[in-house]
Amino acid sequence: MRIFKSRVTRAITVAAATALIVTGCSSERDTTEGKGKDGAKDTFVFGGAGDPGSLDPALASDGETFRVTRQAFEALLEHEPGGSELVGGLAEKWDSNDEGTVWTFNLRKGVKFHDGEAFNAEAVCANYDHWFNWTGTYQSSAVSYYWQTIMGGFAKNEDKDAPKANYKSCTAKDENTAVIEVNKASANLPGGFSLQALAIHSPKALKAYEKEEASAKGDAITYPKYSQQAGTVAGTGPYKITKWNKGNKEVQLERFDDYWGKKAGVKNLVFRTIDTEEGRRSALQAGDIDGYDLVSPADVKTLEKAGFQVPTREVFNIFYLGFSQEKNKALQNKDVRAAIAHAIDKDNLVKTQLPEGGVAATQFIPDTVEGYSDKVEKYDYDPAKAKSLLKKAGEEKLKVEFCYPTEVSRPYMPSPGDLFELMKSDLEKIGITVTPKPAKWAPDYIDATEAGGCELHLLGWTGDFNDAYNFIGTWFAEYDKQWGFKDKKVFEAMEEASKEVDHAKRVKLYERANEVVMDYLPGVPVSSSPPAIAFAKDVNPPLVSPLTQENFAEVTFK
Amino acid sequence: MLRFVVRRLLQLIPTLLGLSVLLFIWLNRLPGGPASAILGEKATEAEVARINRALGLDQPVYVQYGRFIKRLIEGDLGTSTQTGQPVMDEFLLRFPATVELSLMAIVLAVAVGVPLGYFAAKRRGGWLDVAAVSSSLIGICIPVFFLAFMLRTVFSVNLGWFPSYGRLTTGINATEVTGLAVLDGLLTGEFDATWDALSHLILPAIALASIPVAVIVRMTRASVLEVLGEDYVRTAESKGLRKGVVRTRHVLRNALLPVITSVGLLTGSLLSGAVLTESVFTFGGIGSFIRTAIDGRDYPVLVGFIMFIAMAYVLINLLVDLAYSLIDPRVRVH
Repeated sequence: MRIFKSRVTRAITVAAATALIVTGCSSERDTTEGKGKDGAKDTFVFGGAGDPGSLDPALASDGETFRVTRQAFEALLEHEPGGSELVGGLAEKWDSNDEGTVWTFNLRKGVKFHDGEAFNAEAVCANYDHWFNWTGTYQSSAVSYYWQTIMGGFAKNEDKDAPKANYKSCTAKDENTAVIEVNKASANLPGGFSLQALAIHSPKALKAYEKEEASAKGDAITYPKYSQQAGTVAGTGPYKITKWNKGNKEVQLERFDDYWGKKAGVKNLVFRTIDTEEGRRSALQAGDIDGYDLVSPADVKTLEKAGFQVPTREVFNIFYLGFSQEKNKALQNKDVRAAIAHAIDKDNLVKTQLPEGGVAATQFIPDTVEGYSDKVEKYDYDPAKAKSLLKKAGEEKLKVEFCYPTEVSRPYMPSPGDLFELMKSDLEKIGITVTPKPAKWAPDYIDATEAGGCELHLLGWTGDFNDAYNFIGTWFAEYDKQWGFKDKKVFEAMEEASKEVDHAKRVKLYERANEVVMDYLPGVPVSSSPPAIAFAKDVNPPLVSPLTQENFAEVTFK
Repeated sequence: MLRFVVRRLLQLIPTLLGLSVLLFIWLNRLPGGPASAILGEKATEAEVARINRALGLDQPVYVQYGRFIKRLIEGDLGTSTQTGQPVMDEFLLRFPATVELSLMAIVLAVAVGVPLGYFAAKRRGGWLDVAAVSSSLIGICIPVFFLAFMLRTVFSVNLGWFPSYGRLTTGINATEVTGLAVLDGLLTGEFDATWDALSHLILPAIALASIPVAVIVRMTRASVLEVLGEDYVRTAESKGLRKGVVRTRHVLRNALLPVITSVGLLTGSLLSGAVLTESVFTFGGIGSFIRTAIDGRDYPVLVGFIMFIAMAYVLINLLVDLAYSLIDPRVRVH
């Protein structure tokens, strides 16, 4: 008995001692973490929702990759801090000919790449020619999505279905003047010149890239090694990438002391992946990170109450209820579509489901995008009118399948399940029988909507740059299975606007196109909402960007 | 002994082949594919078709399977459609984290479970027995995900004792030797890395160990109770052998045999079952990688992972069988 007691006591003592040591060690961690020699905090840690895919932004098409690379790479143009207007980036000024086919860029002087190379017009052309001459696997749209979206195909297209090349040439007119020519005017220009995917790399790095091929083994694309580890990539941005620790899910960047502009406020910048929203929130609350993105609207007030800073971005997205007219023939009747539009109480959705600053939408672009029209036909909440429209269409017993995604939160759609429930209830009030069709976001839901497999569905879009075509052109420029309609008026309005070179005239044509689209009513634009981003109490945060293009070089500690 | 080991390893071949056929059929019946997972909202029919063509997913299943087997023979598990990197590289990068977490959890489970089970049996009906049996029941009942979430909220967010996520604090760059951060710090003398890694391991390991502890407590208790009633224990005691000798040589040694079997099985299940715990603590092991692979229909990763785990199960059970022969001289492998 005595032995038993003494052993138990010993075990408890050992356990307590271990706990004390570990606790002591964690306390030590808290006091020294991320501090420089002078004791001031010199490391800013930001929590992202996913791992970056590549350190070469030209090979990427996702926001998590661009968030990291944006701190190290700069494009010819960029967006004003905290806004969506185009301003000079590596080019101080830019201009095009009347046809919109020749773009001249006056480049910034005294810019150096992270590897010591000088930035000049030849470097710009080396990049554009490098992308244009991609072959093999690089021509897959999984690898070069944005090049193909903005500039079309390649010098020699290897896939018969690849888009036709719109890029023609790049000429270094002199040290600081680069001229880029395209075959025909495009609605994606000049906005496309601001994309991270078209950011400029050091020519020395480009030569190293060329030695490493992306390859396809028949069942997957293997990304080149240089894009998967720090060391080779070199941009001109305020930070240089120093380490990508995939096991620890973090990318480390260090201030670039030869940066041409204002030097970064904090020496070390770290992006760490924390997949879940509540995981990121807990990490911020525990003091393990200094900021995170994709804050749930439900957490905004709690975080603010606890003293955290939660600035919201200006709206630059659209959330819509889509119709597939081929899947449910009743939806081919405009009266039925209008009845559904009148049945949805958008104001209630905005008030109860979206973060503060959210607004009900009247068209498929937010009011911050040029081309927004005040004259579009509006479909206000009016259940009585909705009922009479259904009666007129002879669809009083309409049945619809309504798809919505699960286990996902998008900037424009924080809680799809709740949004669905409210819309379902609105539709049932006017006598429509709704069959719920929940599906996992990717790939099930995306596949189903893209293939036109959902009679009603919820989707949205966050703009890449401030041009209405980036929104409405994506859906309504031509026949798309997602919507399943062919309407000459809509398609022609899109084409006319996209061809116009004169900016002011194009904006007018976009306004007209929005009116045509809303007259036809292919779906119901529901809302635009400002995604929130959170920062610790001791951080002076960067200006938040409607395009989620925050520049973390602006961050300092209080 | 050698023949036994070789025979067991050869049994792996038909097991893995059968498993791979089942997996291929199953995965190809799932809706969706990697193309739309890659493209997200930007997916158009034409883009999806082009990517599927590039990935070879437009080919019949048997062609895809043939290619997979051919590569497997060459020691190549394929390439992840999400990261664009070889599946084997991705595993090797993440597997040490999962092994470290699973080992920590199983060590914790054995260290707590065996003594608790033993003393519960010795004091059958006493307060320790009642406490051990009821706490092991609670351990089995609480979902690991919930426990992990609660541990993080209390000990990271509220008390700030432990980090809330990850394997190492930023800025602590341990030299990698084995990939097991705690061990690497000890081997290289970077003790700050060892402590840091340990402090990151504690909470996820406790969460992950909750079910194994409960199983081991109950298993040990039942086994010890059975052995205590055996004639040879009574004989040993009546011979006047010291209590310590009777306990270790006669009771524990015999009682531990079924416990070892369950530890083997539990270790295997921890390797594959760490998904939820790793997700809560963003631990960077195979578990969280697999979760994203499922979301993204990353077929090569899923097939590779399941086959990898199957191999791990067979090897761990082989080790258990070998351990049996060491502990119990009556058992001979042949």
